[in-house]
This record gives sequence, structure tokens and C-alpha cells, in this order.
Amino acid sequence: MIPLDYYLVLSAFMFCVGVLGVVVRRNAIIVFMSIELMLNSVNLSLIAFSSFLGDPTGQMLVFFVMTVAAAEAAVGLAIIIALFRNKQTVNIDEINILKW
Amino acid sequence: MTLLASLELFDIIFYFFAFVTIVSAAVVVFSRNIVHSAFSLMFTFFGVAALYVMLNADFIAVTQVLVYVGGILVLLLFGVMLTTKVISVEMKTGTLQTLPASILVAVLAGTLCGIFWITDWLTPVARNAELPATTSSGIGRALMTTYLLPFEVASVVLLVAMLGAAMIARRERKR
Repeated sequence: MIPLDYYLVLSAFMFCVGVLGVVVRRNAIIVFMSIELMLNSVNLSLIAFSSFLGDPTGQMLVFFVMTVAAAEAAVGLAIIIALFRNKQTVNIDEINILKW
Repeated sequence: MTLLASLELFDIIFYFFAFVTIVSAAVVVFSRNIVHSAFSLMFTFFGVAALYVMLNADFIAVTQVLVYVGGILVLLLFGVMLTTKVISVEMKTGTLQTLPASILVAVLAGTLCGIFWITDWLTPVARNAELPATTSSGIGRALMTTYLLPFEVASVVLLVAMLGAAMIARRERKR
């Protein structure tokens, strides 16, 4: 039987790949996909805890995390499309009008 | 003997899906072509869904496929198509500050994995002690009783997000 640690380490690796994507990539949509990766890894660890505790509460948490992730995806992509319409780019280094 | 064989099969399936998930996640981040990233993300989502099935979370696994693969991934592909010039080389996007970022992420990964290994988690004996074979009915009952308020709030969140996304993405109209 696979111990709980394996699932947690897997989710830690997924989370770190997501962090690397957010830090390294400059394309807003890739950054967006990396955020989805991080959300998925946290969901995986929640499900693993729920399964090993024999308590379905973790699955309810994942259900609500998915709801918020769907809302975040819709609003985030709308923001990216609005940005692209105004600046003709999705490179987040060129979207810096809040910097001074 | 058959029990041992089935356990080994379970382990092999776990390693297979863990490998698929990690490799496709790496492709998402490191691929030069954004469409390759989007398709690789699909394999990540399916791999995570398979791991959910292995963790006795059948309802969540189906929801994962429906919401992530059916919804969010299609939305992301729409975003790719709407914001990149498909014919030109705009799709190729570079990376920068790779070395400091790699050091930062390596430290983060080491910390997380160290904590996970050091902590004494539950022994696998207690595993699945109380979880029923199918979780759908339990989740449905919990949504209508204990988690009724979060459920309703989530529906309002989705409605507001839908309206907000439509408002933001719409073209500005001249008054």
C-alpha cells in the first residue's frame, strides 16, 4: 500500500513546479496554468489526507476549492483578454503601468 | 499471493500516474510552445483525477474531469487563441532569471519534502477505515445539511464571477 508520504511528496513536487512556472515564465497564460497546477497539488494533498483519515470532510473542501478555481479561471482569463485588447501583449514584463 | 500481486499492481499504477502527472506538469512549465503547454496540462489533470480514484474519491475525480478538463482547460485554450497570433512566432515565450528561481524553488521543495518525511503521519493500517465504497451519497447529504451555507455562497460566487468575467471581457461601448 502506498503510504501517505508519497502522495504528499508528489503534491509538493507539483506545487514546486507550479511555483517555478509563476516565477520563471513571462507569458500570463502560462503563469495562469501554473496557478492551476498549484491548486491541483493542494487538492491532491487534501484528498490524500481525507482518504487516510477516513473522513470525507477533505473532499468537501476540495469541492469548494474547485468552485473557487473555476471562478478564478473565468475572471482571470477575462482580465488577460482585456489586457491583450488594450496593450496587444500578454508578456507580464510589459504590463507594468502600476510600477513607477 | 494474489493479494501481494494486487498490491504490487496498485503500487505500479500509482507510480505510473505520479510519473505522468509530474512529467506533464514539467512540460506545462518548460515547453516553448504555449499550445503544447495547454495540451500537457490536460494530462496533468487526468493524472490527478486517476490519483483521486486511487484515493477512494470517485465523485471528486469525476468532478475534476468535468470542471478542469471540460471547463477550465477549454477556457485556457480560448485564452490562448484569443491572445496570441497563431501564425506568427508570438507563441514562443522566453524565460528569465532561471538560476535564482531554480534555487528558490529547490529550497522550497526541500523544505516541503523534509517536513513531509519528518512528520509522523497516520499508519496505513487506519486507511479507509470509515470511508464507504462510494462517496457520492455522503457528499450529497453533507452538502444539503452541514455545508448548506458554503454551498449557497459558492453558487453566488459562481454567479458573480460569471457576470464579472462577461463585464471585463466585453468590448468597451461608446456612450
